[in-house]
Amino acid sequence: MLDLYIPGQSALHRLAPGWKILGLLLAGSLLFALDQIGFSLLLGAFTLGLYALAGFGPHQVWTQLRPALWVFALIFLAQVLFVDWRVGIFVIIRFAVLLLLAGLLTLTTRSSEILDGFEKGMAPLRRFGVQTEKVSLAISLTLRFIPVLAAVVQEVREAQRTRGLERNLVALALPSLIRTLRMSEEISDAIDARGF
Amino acid sequence: MIELETVSLSYEGRSVLHDISLTLTERRIAIVGSNGSGKSNFARLLNGLRLPTEGRVRVDGLDTRSAGREVRRKVGFVFQNPDNQIVFPLVSEDVAFGLKNQRVAPAERDRLVKEILTHYDLWSLRDHPSHNLSGGQKQLLAIAGVLVMQPDYVVMDEPTTLLDLRNKLRIERAIAALAQTTIVVTHDLDLISDFDRVIVFDRGRILADDCPGPALRRYVGAMQDA
Repeated sequence: MLDLYIPGQSALHRLAPGWKILGLLLAGSLLFALDQIGFSLLLGAFTLGLYALAGFGPHQVWTQLRPALWVFALIFLAQVLFVDWRVGIFVIIRFAVLLLLAGLLTLTTRSSEILDGFEKGMAPLRRFGVQTEKVSLAISLTLRFIPVLAAVVQEVREAQRTRGLERNLVALALPSLIRTLRMSEEISDAIDARGF
Repeated sequence: MIELETVSLSYEGRSVLHDISLTLTERRIAIVGSNGSGKSNFARLLNGLRLPTEGRVRVDGLDTRSAGREVRRKVGFVFQNPDNQIVFPLVSEDVAFGLKNQRVAPAERDRLVKEILTHYDLWSLRDHPSHNLSGGQKQLLAIAGVLVMQPDYVVMDEPTTLLDLRNKLRIERAIAALAQTTIVVTHDLDLISDFDRVIVFDRGRILADDCPGPALRRYVGAMQDA
């Protein structure tokens, strides 16, 4: 989601973000509303076709699914324990298809275009006082700063490891939090300075 | 022209600047001083990110207190850490952010983004995640994101502090090529050796205000005496 956009000239790349978001919403809703494994498999095959159309191979499909494998494992375990292993497989297929469809959106659409799409979609909410630009900026900042915050935590972890405090949660959390708060002040100034 | 009239500033319960009066007209102005001397807060006064507790700051006649938005349009600000300034995930999106805020039409926005990224040799990285750039590329992107808004003045807060020598030299060249009035807060005395004016801060007051040679001798002398 953070840096998945891959430039290209495919029909999917060129398609307006609004249509892609709408397609994702529709496919996701049908996926859960129809509750049929046949439909999920069909949609899965169609999604793989879309990956090929966009110029992405099996590696990209795997890149989308790999981070979620442990979540799939947990879901499967829960279904086996409380329902049935077949239901577990069905639920995982459904989630995997949804994940691939969402991944396709971010692979073929710049985050700014997705945010523009959201902003347009949320436009009617302006009548009720919702500041759509601020919501859009907040989403963008979240995407942008997840890797930055991860780097901050990693630096603090390494610094604490040299002092033998790698297992001390407070020693990890407190400096990370203080650095994040300091950063947030400068980020806020930076946004102001650029005329927002 | 940027004017400060008897400006004092308290920030976070501390008095950080005392009774500063200055007129800034030169093309290259450096602000130096020890840590905590008030230079970064001084820089933030120049585009209205901080408002004076006493006195006033005016940019081309506009008061930062009453015309903050217009002042920020005139005075671009580059922060020390580009990671805190880059707000969009992709390079081209981040450069476009300021222009979008200025309500520049999309076609013109695209043209200006291409122009500035090409100028700073970043066009090939336009769809690259900004967090994966090198330190020097990030600082160039931060500068590009400010300059694309075509400010009349550029303020930079320690722009070379986090950089290695190669990237420091790239940023030095970028600063030297700027057409705008540029005010640079720095500890890097080599960077400012050919500047038009150097203002030395010490504990919130002006210790020296001169051309680089005499101002820096005074600064170094004061640091050795301290």
